[in-house]
Amino acid sequence: MTAETPLTAGIQANGDVLSLNRYEDMGGYQAFRTALREMTPSEVIETVKASGLRGRGGAGFPTGMKWSFVPKRNGDTGRRYLVANGDEMEPGTFKDRLLIEGNPHQLIEGVLLAAYAMEADFGYVFIRWAYRDSFLRLRHAAAEARAAGYIGEDIFGSGFNLEFHVHVSAGRYMCGEETALLTSLQGGRANPRSKPPFPPVAGLYGKPTIIQNIETLCNVPHIVRNGAEWYRNLGLTEESGTKLYGVSGKVNRPGIYELPMGTPIREIIEQHAGGMKDGLRLRGFLPGGASTPFLLDEHLDLPMDFNHIANAGSRLGTGTMIILDDSTCPVGMLANMEHFYAQESCGWCTPCREGLPWVEKTLTAIEKGEGQEDDLGILEDHCKLLGPGYTFCALAPGAADPLASALRFFREDFEAHITGRGCPWGSGGRY
Amino acid sequence: MITITVDGREHEIREGQNLLQAVLNLGYDLPYFCWHPALGSVGACRQCAVKQFRDADDTEGMIIMACMTPVSDGLLISIDDPEAVEFRTAVIGWLMTNHPHDCPVCDEGGECHLQDMTVMTGHNQRSHRFNKRTFLNQDLGPFLNHEMNRCIHCYRCVRFYRDYAGGTDFNVFGSRNRTYFGRVKDGTLESPFSGNLAEICPTGVFTDKTEKAHYTRKWDLQTAPSLCTLCGLGCNTLPGERLGTLRRIRNRYHGEINRYFLCDRGRFGYGFVNSPRRIRHPVLRQTTTSQKVIVSAERAIDHVAGLLAEGATIGIGSPTASLEANHALRSLVGAENFLVGIDAGEAEMLRIVVATLGAGPARPPSLRDIERADAVLILGEDPTNTAPMLDLAVRQSVLNVPLERARKLGVPHWNDAVNRLVVNNERGPLFVATPAPTALDKLASGVCRAAPEDIAHLGFAIAKIIDPGSPTPGDLPHRIALLAGPVAEALRKSTTPVIITGTGSGTVATLQAAATLVRALGAVNPGAALCLVVPDCNTVGVGLFGAHDLSHAAPAAARGEIANAIVLEPDLSRRGRNHALTAVLDNVSHVVVLDHLDGPATDRAELVLPAATYAESGGTMVNNEGRAQRFFQVFVPEGEVRASWRWLQQIGERLLGPEAMPWGGSDDVAKDLARELPVFGPIADLMPVPTHRPRRRVPRQSHRVTGRTSVNAYLQIREPRPPDDGESPLAYSMEGSPLEPPAGLITRYWSPGWNSVQALNRFQEEIGGTLRGGDPGIRLIEPRPPDEVSPNRDEPARFTPRSDEWLLVPLNHLYGSERLSLETPGVAEQAPAPYVALNPDDGDRLGAGPGDSVVVEIEDRTLELPLKIEPGLPLGCAGLPEGLSGLSDLPAGRWARLRRMP
Repeated sequence: MTAETPLTAGIQANGDVLSLNRYEDMGGYQAFRTALREMTPSEVIETVKASGLRGRGGAGFPTGMKWSFVPKRNGDTGRRYLVANGDEMEPGTFKDRLLIEGNPHQLIEGVLLAAYAMEADFGYVFIRWAYRDSFLRLRHAAAEARAAGYIGEDIFGSGFNLEFHVHVSAGRYMCGEETALLTSLQGGRANPRSKPPFPPVAGLYGKPTIIQNIETLCNVPHIVRNGAEWYRNLGLTEESGTKLYGVSGKVNRPGIYELPMGTPIREIIEQHAGGMKDGLRLRGFLPGGASTPFLLDEHLDLPMDFNHIANAGSRLGTGTMIILDDSTCPVGMLANMEHFYAQESCGWCTPCREGLPWVEKTLTAIEKGEGQEDDLGILEDHCKLLGPGYTFCALAPGAADPLASALRFFREDFEAHITGRGCPWGSGGRY
Repeated sequence: MITITVDGREHEIREGQNLLQAVLNLGYDLPYFCWHPALGSVGACRQCAVKQFRDADDTEGMIIMACMTPVSDGLLISIDDPEAVEFRTAVIGWLMTNHPHDCPVCDEGGECHLQDMTVMTGHNQRSHRFNKRTFLNQDLGPFLNHEMNRCIHCYRCVRFYRDYAGGTDFNVFGSRNRTYFGRVKDGTLESPFSGNLAEICPTGVFTDKTEKAHYTRKWDLQTAPSLCTLCGLGCNTLPGERLGTLRRIRNRYHGEINRYFLCDRGRFGYGFVNSPRRIRHPVLRQTTTSQKVIVSAERAIDHVAGLLAEGATIGIGSPTASLEANHALRSLVGAENFLVGIDAGEAEMLRIVVATLGAGPARPPSLRDIERADAVLILGEDPTNTAPMLDLAVRQSVLNVPLERARKLGVPHWNDAVNRLVVNNERGPLFVATPAPTALDKLASGVCRAAPEDIAHLGFAIAKIIDPGSPTPGDLPHRIALLAGPVAEALRKSTTPVIITGTGSGTVATLQAAATLVRALGAVNPGAALCLVVPDCNTVGVGLFGAHDLSHAAPAAARGEIANAIVLEPDLSRRGRNHALTAVLDNVSHVVVLDHLDGPATDRAELVLPAATYAESGGTMVNNEGRAQRFFQVFVPEGEVRASWRWLQQIGERLLGPEAMPWGGSDDVAKDLARELPVFGPIADLMPVPTHRPRRRVPRQSHRVTGRTSVNAYLQIREPRPPDDGESPLAYSMEGSPLEPPAGLITRYWSPGWNSVQALNRFQEEIGGTLRGGDPGIRLIEPRPPDEVSPNRDEPARFTPRSDEWLLVPLNHLYGSERLSLETPGVAEQAPAPYVALNPDDGDRLGAGPGDSVVVEIEDRTLELPLKIEPGLPLGCAGLPEGLSGLSDLPAGRWARLRRMP
C-alpha cells in the first residue's frame, strides 16, 4: 500500500499549477463548504486540535490550541487577521514554495478554514519577493477563488466574510519571526516586539491575529475533510500527519519528499534522497534548516519528528535537512552560515547585531588560517551569550545552536585550522 | 505596595513599574541604554540584564531584562549574580567592538552615559581584534553634530524624534550592524525638538554644534538653575558658562513643566548673551554733539538721578524682565508712573488672561497636565511657534485615548513598542481651529481654518451646545459650524479636556470665547482646563502688577508733560509695541534704556545702562500658568553689566538716600514686592536663605573643575578670590555640598558613577516624578469657585471680508518671531524672510502669484513684500509674520490695503 500524500497529491510533476477546476475535481474546497454548512468555528478548532497538527514553521506549536487563544467574538465587530507566513527563508528550506507554486488553492482553502475558525475577516499571505512565481500563481488562484465565490462577502450565504490579500515582502530572514512579520506587514521595520500580548490577542494593528506557516495551513483542508483520526493515523509515531521533508547537500536526489511524520532519518536520506554521492561519507546533518543543531550518523535511525529530534538535542525545525559530508569543511560551512545570520540580524538587540559579525569574522579568520588560540573561547562565549533569554528573539540563538554543536562534534577540525594555520580542505576562506 | 528581593534585600515598592526603574529608584546601580523614563522600555540594548529566581530553592535562575519585566510581589532577583554580571559586561564588550576610542576628542566625554556604563560593568579589556565598522556622517544643520561611528544603536534618537516628537525627516535605515540613524540626505533637522537628541543620545553621536564653537567639558562649566526666557512657558534650564562665555543650555528637569526636554529655540537661542552687540558699559549721548561716549557707572547713575530730580518721569517695565527689575523700576518712579511696555491691544488680552487664569473650576494646566489630557481643542493659537514645548505636550495627549485599548490588553504603560503597535495610527480627540495651518493639524481629528473672529464664534458655538445658557453665537459659515457639534461631544465625553488659546492670534475675541467655553464645560466636566499662551517669559508677571500700558502715557507725553522715560528691555520687534512705544518716546526729552544689546531701541536713548541677561542675574518670573519661578545668576559678567534692579536701586539711593530701596540682593527686592502687592505674597517663600557657611553652599562648579589656579596665572600668580554671592546659597566655586541640594538649587546632575545627564534619576523622588522635596516654583493664582467668576457675555463682531482691505493675522515662527534668539548663529538663517501671505484666490484677486511683490498699506505707510501663497488662509485674511525685522515699522492697524506692485 502506498502511503498517503495529501499535501502533494495535487502537485504535478511537470511543475504546472493546479487550476481551480482540477483542485475542485480532486475534492478541493469541499472541506470549506462543509465547514460553512455544518460546522461552527469552535468545531473546526476542536477538529484541528484533535488532529494533533503542530505548526510546520519550526516551533511545532499545537495549531488548534493557538487558534483557541483568540477571544470569542461575542458581538465584537473589530477586525481580526489570519496571516499565512510565506517568508520561507530558512537556509535549506524550500517546502512552502513547492506547496504555493504547485497547488495554491490548497493554501487558500487552508486560509479560509483557519479564518473561519478564528472568525477572522482578513486573510493575508506574506510572501517574500524572491518567490515571484508563488506570488503570481497565488494571485491568479485568489482571483479564481474570488470569482467562484470562495472569497468575498457573505460567502455562499453563510454570513462569513473574508478579504484576502497577497503581500509581497522585501524579504528578510527576520520576517519569519511572527511579531517582526506583523510589524513589517503593517509598514514598520521588521523588528520583533515583546510578548505578551501574543498575536492571538493583539497582533496586526493590535487586533487578534493568527500566524501560521504555509505547510501548516495546507494540512487543514485535509483534516477537516477526512477527520482528525485519519490525520492522526498518518503519522508513524505519536505525532500526526505527513511532513514535507527536505534533503540538501551532496546526496544523489536532493529535494522535498512528503512522508509520514516520524519517518526514520535514514530512510529519508538513503531511500528517498538516494543516499550520499559516490565516495562521500555523511559526517553530520542539520535536521531542520540552518538554525538547528547538528546531528551525527549515530542519529540516523531516529524517527524524524518533533519529540525525537528534540530529545536528541536538536530541533525538527522545518524538517528540511542539510547534509555535511566529509569533503566539506565544517568551519567553512559554519562561516558561511554565520555570514548569513550576521547579514540577517535586524539590528535591534546588541548581542545579535554585534555578536554575530564577531562570530562570522572569527570563523572566517580561522578558515583563512588566521585563527588564534583564544578564538574557540570567544566562539564558545558567544554560543552561551547569544542563547535564549539573552537576546530579544530566536534569531541569534538559532545562529548559536549549530555553532555550539559544531564546536562539540567537529572540534578537532577547528583546532586543526588554528594549529595548521589553514584549512585542511584547502578551501581557504572560499567556502 | 509589593515586596521584591534584590540580592537578598527586601524592598517595598510601588506596583506597575518595570524592574529597571524600580531598582534605580531604590538606588541600585544597574546599567541601561535604550530605556528612558519618558520613552519607556523596548528591550533592545540588553544592558539591564539581571537574574530572576523562581523561589528560594531555585539556584539556577534565568536571565531577564529588567526594563521589560513588570515588578510583581515576591519577585526574587539578583543584580550581582555572576552570569548577569558576565552578560552585562559582554554587552559593553559588543558595543565596544565598533565604538571608537575617541573619548578625548569627543564632545560627550566626561558626561557620556556609555562611559559611565562601561565603568559600571567593569569592561576594560578589548578582545575583538577586527576592524571597526565605519559610517559617513551627515550635516544636520547648525545645531547638531553627527558622528555615526560612535553609535551604539540604542534606538533612543529615532524613538524620541519620530515617536515622541512627531518628526518625519529623521529615521533609522538599513539593518544589522549597519543600522544608520539620520536623514535621507544631509540637511537641517526639521523638528523644533531636535536638540534633545544631544541629551537623549547616550554617547557622542549627536552633540551640540553651538557648543562646539566654544567647547568646554561638563566638569569645567559653571552652572546654576535658570529659566528659559524665550517664550512664556518657563521651562527650566541649566546654562553653563566658562571664562565669561555662556557655552550651552541644558535641560533642567521640572516634573510639571518641561520634564526631560527643551525646544530648539530655548536650547540654542542663548547666543545673545555672548553677542558682540552686548552693551557692557553705560553709554551717554552728548547733548551737544550727539556723540555716544562710554561713561562710568557713577556718572551714569548721577545723570539719571539728575534727570529724575528735575522732571516728571515714567518707568516702562518689560514682560521679558524679572519681577525684581519691574518692581525696582516701579519703586523708583512710583506706582502711578509705572507702565508696562505693551500696547493697548496686548494689554487688553493680558487683562483677560490674568482674569481667566483665576477662573475655576480647574487650575490652568501644566504641560504635564496637558500630556495627560484626553481631549484638546486649540483656538486660534499656533503652539509649535509660540510655545513649542506645548506642541510636544499635545503630541503626547493624543495617544491617551487609543492607549486605553493597550491598558485593556494588559500592556504596561512603559512597554513602548507594544503600546505604539496597539495605538498604530489612531489618535485621540484634538481639534485645531486657527487662521493658518499648524504642525499639529496632521494629528487632529478636526481642523478648521477661519479668521480669528470666526474662531471665537466657533468657541461660543461649542459653549452654547454644552451649556444652553451660554451666549448665543452669531451665524457661522456652515463649514465652521459643522465642527462645533463633534468638538462639544468630545470635550463633554472626556475626563480631562484642555482648551488651548492665547495671545498668538492677536485678538481678544478668541480669549473671551475660550473663557466662556471653559466655564460652560467646567460645569459639566470639572476636569476641564484652559491653557493660555502668552508671548513672553514674564508676561503674566507684569500682568499681575495691574499697571497701565503705553497708551495711557501717550496723551500726557504728547502734551509734553513727561520729561523722562526709563525703559526696561524695550521691544520694538512687534508692530503693536513698536508703535505704542515710539508714540511715547518721541515726545519725551530724556530716554534712559536698560538693555542687553545695542540696536534700534538703544539708538533712541540718551543714556544706555548695560543690563544683565538672565544668565548674569537672579530673579523671579511668572509663567503662563501663573507659576512663579526663581532663576539664579550663572556667572559674573564682564564690564559694568549689572542686574537691572541693581541699576535702578543705585539710582534710587542716589536720588532718595540709602534707605529708599534697602535691598542687598534680588531676594530682598522680591520680598519687598511680596509685601507691597499681595498677589505676589507667595514668592517670599521661594527665596532660599543665602548662606556664608561654605559647607552649606551649593557650588556652581563641579568638584572636577580644572585650571582654577592657572587660568588667570598669566595676569596674576595668586589665585583670585571667587566672587561673593551675597544673594543666594550658591557659590561661584567648587566648594560646598553638591549632592543633595533643594530641588530649586540643583546646579548639575551628578552622582558618583553617574556623570551623564542620567544622574537626574538620583535627584527625583521617583524616576519621572517630582524632584526630591517637590518641583520648585509656586502658583500665584489659584482658581476661584466658578460662581465667583463672571461670565463674559461680549459677543465679538463676525468676520466679514472686505472688498478692498485684508485683515492682517499674525503668523508666528519658531525662529524669527522671538528677537533675542535670532542672535545665535544658525537661528537667523532659519528665520523666514519677510513676506505677506494670502489664500490663492485672494492672490488671484490681486493678480499676484508666489514671489510677486505686493504693497501692504496701512494708514499712510506702505511696505513692499513678496507674496507667499498659503492655501490654508481664510479668504479676506492676510498673514503677516510676527516679529521679523522690517515688518515692525508697519503701523499696528489690523486691516491693510494690498495691491500688486506693477
